[in-house]
Amino acid sequence: MQQTNIKNAYEHNHYPDERGHFGDYGGKFVPENLMAVLAELEAAYKDAQQDPAFQEELKRELSSYVGRPTTLHYVPRFSERVGKNVKIYLKREDLAHTGAHKINNALGQGMLAKRMGKKRIIAETGAGQHGVATATICAKLGLDCIIYMGEVDIQRQSLNVFRMKLLGAEVRSVNSGTKTLKDAINEAIRDWVTNVETTFYMFGTAAGPAPYPRIVRDFQAVIGIEARQQIMQQEGRLPDSIYACIGGGSNAIGIFYPFADAPEVKLIGVEAGGSSMEEGQHASTLVAGRPGVLHGAMSYLLQSDDGQILDTHSISAGLDYPGVGPEHSYMKDTGRATYVSANDATALKGLEVLSRTEGIIPALESAHAIGYVLEQGEQGNIPEGSLIVINLSGRGDKDMMTVAKAFNVQL
Amino acid sequence: METISSGVITPENQQYPVGKITQTFERAHSEQRGVIIPYFMCGYPNIKDTVDIVLAAAEGGADIIELGMPFSDPLADGATIQHAGQVALEQGMTIQGCMDIAKQVSAKSDVTLLMMGYYNPILSYGLERFCATASANGVSGLIIPDLPVEEADPLQEIAYRHGLALIYLVPPTAPDERIVTAAKRTATGPGGFIYCVALSGVTGSRLELPAHLQDFIARIRAATQEQKLPLAVGFGLSTPAHIATVTSYAEGAVIGSALVKLIDQHKDDQPAEAVKMYIQSLRQK
Repeated sequence: MQQTNIKNAYEHNHYPDERGHFGDYGGKFVPENLMAVLAELEAAYKDAQQDPAFQEELKRELSSYVGRPTTLHYVPRFSERVGKNVKIYLKREDLAHTGAHKINNALGQGMLAKRMGKKRIIAETGAGQHGVATATICAKLGLDCIIYMGEVDIQRQSLNVFRMKLLGAEVRSVNSGTKTLKDAINEAIRDWVTNVETTFYMFGTAAGPAPYPRIVRDFQAVIGIEARQQIMQQEGRLPDSIYACIGGGSNAIGIFYPFADAPEVKLIGVEAGGSSMEEGQHASTLVAGRPGVLHGAMSYLLQSDDGQILDTHSISAGLDYPGVGPEHSYMKDTGRATYVSANDATALKGLEVLSRTEGIIPALESAHAIGYVLEQGEQGNIPEGSLIVINLSGRGDKDMMTVAKAFNVQL
Repeated sequence: METISSGVITPENQQYPVGKITQTFERAHSEQRGVIIPYFMCGYPNIKDTVDIVLAAAEGGADIIELGMPFSDPLADGATIQHAGQVALEQGMTIQGCMDIAKQVSAKSDVTLLMMGYYNPILSYGLERFCATASANGVSGLIIPDLPVEEADPLQEIAYRHGLALIYLVPPTAPDERIVTAAKRTATGPGGFIYCVALSGVTGSRLELPAHLQDFIARIRAATQEQKLPLAVGFGLSTPAHIATVTSYAEGAVIGSALVKLIDQHKDDQPAEAVKMYIQSLRQK
């Protein structure tokens, strides 16, 4: 072991600790009424992890139902736009069933819920992708499904709302606060506090109280595990850098985590820069926030001087969140990962260029990572010969209304 | 804890003087009645009226008053207190503003004050600064609904050092061992009580008391026997009849959302007077 200050170095496979902490971050900051059920969930998860039958079934379903492994796909024409002799691969989570990485976690948690004998599933959703994934898995496993979604998000993601309903879910509109993802989480937690005995909360991102950041990371880590094998097969070496968009941070931690022990691989999370970096106009939590407690965990937060949670803005509903998963906060502080910001215009440009050069329309969320790499390339910041992986966390079909509006096209 | 010669008194063996909360319960006990604990959101319906309302409640016979601190994301609260908090924030209420209200109230009244609110604004204000200011402004204890014992050490240590009780909430889903832990922690501090959460759910008025409430209180009583802590019941209590029933088997009763609604009804018509009369009606059994 090298001489490192252990306290300030990210050690692979060490987190969270038994109290659900990642360094100073994470933990369980929830009403006491949830403590017993979180302990129950923790025990059930540990048990499932050690049960070969559960792991076998998960593997089988990921293959035949979700369509894994998703490909690690070389994009030569896009690479050329980024820089000379730059090679970019996309981890194609957009090809997973339901069109985004969210299904990996929903499947795992759904199987866990069934194992725990919980029939009533609640979940929050922003862009609707986690809502759709949850509704999908509930339909498949025969579970009741209630999705909380902010009124603003319901309007900008009407297609996904319809998909959820078609899959048999009840979609509950949330009118409190900013009427977006954070308020949907508040309302889902209130439901859980009330119906704690019967209900399983299928949390969609690698945030929230312990053990969720760990459970979601573990179920999403399949992305990075596959990508690592695939890049070794296809290139015979690890990539120089990995980029992923980050709202709550589930797709990012999913691809980062299995590479975290390889210090030569740079991990870069791209947050939503919104319309500007002025307060309330973006969702760049790690870039512009400071530590605090929201939704059950200590992590970076966008908050006022008085500790009130700030409004956020992003063109992509899935990144429109003032918090972030605690492991990302710890990766930031330890320097293991770097976090940057890409604004709405950069994301739109990324979406357009990838569509035209490669015939792949990315989700607006993923387009933040695409657009950021493109912009860095154009500014000459990507060294010649770089080998890059970008996590293409979802496909863009759901965003066509928003994109058309942004391009002033009447549909 | 390394050496005894350092002279440092660790929190475990530090002895606190009997706190004002304990005295309040003892006084009510000697008068053979329950402790009435109303909750008011600081800044609702506006900043100026809060002080008058709190003072009126004290005059009406409230023993302990919870001063609610608004938070943008109150996940343990139902619609009524959510709304009150939102109004308070729109009025410009801050943690400092809540501190100022405590100061103004304690300058004019000897009523026992608690501050209740979510952890993030307190953390943001600074734990040390928060406890020092609260204590200096006449506050006796804190209730933080999103701070379970597992995460409470940093605040508890500072709060106790400043003579503030940290009140733990115990809901029906809490196993006995967690109740015991809360009781032990409370007993090591400057007095306090166990806040019994009457139901599984968020704050807000309910028409009926939960069916098994008395059994639940009996379970907490058994688990906290060693510490002999007073028990106060909150969440869902909305009528004088509820208060009377609850104080027949617990030492105190908290009433929150029902008061917010009362203030709402009298917003433009002397809310303080309405609150005073309501509290008086609770005291006349």
